[in-house]
Amino acid sequence: MTKTVFGAIALAVGLGWTMAATAQETVKVGVILPYSGPFADAANQLDAGIKLYMAQNGDEVAGKTIEIIRKDTGGPSPDVARRLAQELVVRDGVDILAGFALTPEALGAAEISKEAQKLMVVMNAATSIVTEQSPYAVRTSVTIPQLNYTFGKWAFEEGGVTQAYTLVADYGPGHDAESSFSKGFTEAGGKILGSDRTPVANPDFSAFVQRVKDSNPEAVYIFVPGGGQPAAIGKALVDRGLAPPDTKIFAQGELTHPEALESMGDTAKGIITTYHYTLERDDPLNAEFVAAYREANGDRAPDLFSIGGYDGMHLIYEALKKTGGDTSGDALVEAAKGMAWQSPRGPISIDPETRDIVQTVYIRQVEEVDGSLQNVILQEIPEVKDPLHGAN
Amino acid sequence: MSNTTTTAIDPAAWIRRQSRWSALEVAFWLAALLPFYFFPTYLMLASQIAVAALFAISVDLILGYAGIVTLGHAMFFGIGAYTAGLLSAKAGWGEPISGLLIAGAMAGAVGFVVSFLIVRVQHLALIMVTLGLGLLTYELANAMSWLTGGTDGLRGIDIWPIFGLFRFDLWGYTAYSYTLAVLFLGFLAARRIVNSSFGLALRGIRENVRRMPAIGSPYRRHLQAIYTISAAIAGLAGGLLTQTTNTVALESLSFQRSADVVVMLILGGTGRLYGAVLGALVFLLVRDRLSGVNPQYWYFWIGLMLMVVVLFMPKGILGGLTRLAGRTKG
Repeated sequence: MTKTVFGAIALAVGLGWTMAATAQETVKVGVILPYSGPFADAANQLDAGIKLYMAQNGDEVAGKTIEIIRKDTGGPSPDVARRLAQELVVRDGVDILAGFALTPEALGAAEISKEAQKLMVVMNAATSIVTEQSPYAVRTSVTIPQLNYTFGKWAFEEGGVTQAYTLVADYGPGHDAESSFSKGFTEAGGKILGSDRTPVANPDFSAFVQRVKDSNPEAVYIFVPGGGQPAAIGKALVDRGLAPPDTKIFAQGELTHPEALESMGDTAKGIITTYHYTLERDDPLNAEFVAAYREANGDRAPDLFSIGGYDGMHLIYEALKKTGGDTSGDALVEAAKGMAWQSPRGPISIDPETRDIVQTVYIRQVEEVDGSLQNVILQEIPEVKDPLHGAN
Repeated sequence: MSNTTTTAIDPAAWIRRQSRWSALEVAFWLAALLPFYFFPTYLMLASQIAVAALFAISVDLILGYAGIVTLGHAMFFGIGAYTAGLLSAKAGWGEPISGLLIAGAMAGAVGFVVSFLIVRVQHLALIMVTLGLGLLTYELANAMSWLTGGTDGLRGIDIWPIFGLFRFDLWGYTAYSYTLAVLFLGFLAARRIVNSSFGLALRGIRENVRRMPAIGSPYRRHLQAIYTISAAIAGLAGGLLTQTTNTVALESLSFQRSADVVVMLILGGTGRLYGAVLGALVFLLVRDRLSGVNPQYWYFWIGLMLMVVVLFMPKGILGGLTRLAGRTKG
């Protein structure tokens, strides 16, 4: 048995070599995303970002053709993501792994990236630890602590709030948001009056909001998943009389993204959010990006997923140019370290030590501009790094 | 009962005949070795098919043989998966075989406790209870994120080489050898169970639960026994998935997983162990092929296939094939 296994391994290695030999002219990028299931919309937005970048910049880099191979994980399933990554490497002979909308899937695939020594471009998954799992992982999206730790500090120092209440959805990203906002806020000198967690699916916010009101905070920090929840919590807050300017409402940007603003209506006015991408930001690069994106996607506006995919492709293109087409993981990750460029979201760079993104954090407030609600930038905090790297 | 004058079949002989190995079965298990030689780049998929097949067998034992309709069996799959994962990540014990046995034992123990509830309800209530238990376990794991890692999944799993010799490699040679061996052993156990007098009693319960006490068969105890065994096998499948992929996340406990395994069973054919294996094979292969062609809409085709199978082959693909074979013979 062992003999035949070794025979098979030899055969397989041989196959692998021939595959590598024929793959000289193209650079294969394996994109792993949850194209079906509950996160399909996020995957499609991210994929649209990838497509837009390739449509604008052609598919040829450093004399090689970029070929994208798309694989569906069907939801948050790390085992499937891991298997797909492994198959992409051994069967399709990809040079770069990319995509990864969800943290567990990125964690599942990171091990393959490490073992096969392939560059892994994380285009969304927002938990700090992701880039620590493989020395070949680079992130082009955002981390939750990056936004919310900064926001917590800002809330005390600039927002003029001394005590606050947190109300977050009861799942991984919500827990991260709660702890990083609280950390930033209390380190600056603020006091957290209380913390509550709401169910992820179909919560009734009224009881939670009543509890918040009973403790009479100056501000309430909210983190809920997108979709129908922003409108529901906005209504619950107004019903209980918790609204700006009496009580400040803080949140991460999902709460007031364009579709959510539409459904929240006037109740959204005055909400202050933290985000790394602001659709309405007045900047020629951004205007061009938004216009092209809307045209390619039936007037749908880009969101954080789109920008993550778009910048991820930029990183792959630029890294390949730098290495002159060398696709080895070591060369590419070296090329990516310290890379800096102008993105539609503003100036961004890759931290050479953590391979994580460094970018401007925007503090925005919902205001009425020309008859429609918009996130108006109050303050830009430049060159923010993830505060958790190296912390544990 | 060596009665030659009546046409009644001697039950012991009948059971013996049922449990004889046919050439087709031997060919099937030999075919399971083919990926090693012909599809070495598909070994990880083959390994996950073997895991799904073992899980489907565990559900077939209760759904196909004992008639317990369940929509929450991922609960035991997940308990096995987390047990194997926690053993390595929190307790630092990465030895695969003992880890797998502990995972199975843990799931079996929970299954035994739950079985007291399961045997008291039937039909729609049974579906609701299994569904509810599945959802409760999922939420419990989500709430205990300090232990399970919550939605991010459990990190730090490091499985040692099997027998200290065979490392889990990138290609999946070790993974598939390991899962296939466990699947085969699990299948042998299940085959022994269904071809025993105990297995016959289970079928009796499925056909008519009221008559069983009348002929002196303690149906509740039988149901509890098979439910516990099934839970343990599901736990083994979960443990295998964790050990071969080094990851475990809430998804292993999800309703989707419970539903998918029932879909696999219905596709393959319930109440026949090979139906479970075939269903898992067809489901995962079709999914792999279709999601390669069109990553967004592959579930549409699974749905269509399910409807076609249910409409034209009510006993599943295997049932349909058997009928076809019978027709050509007659």
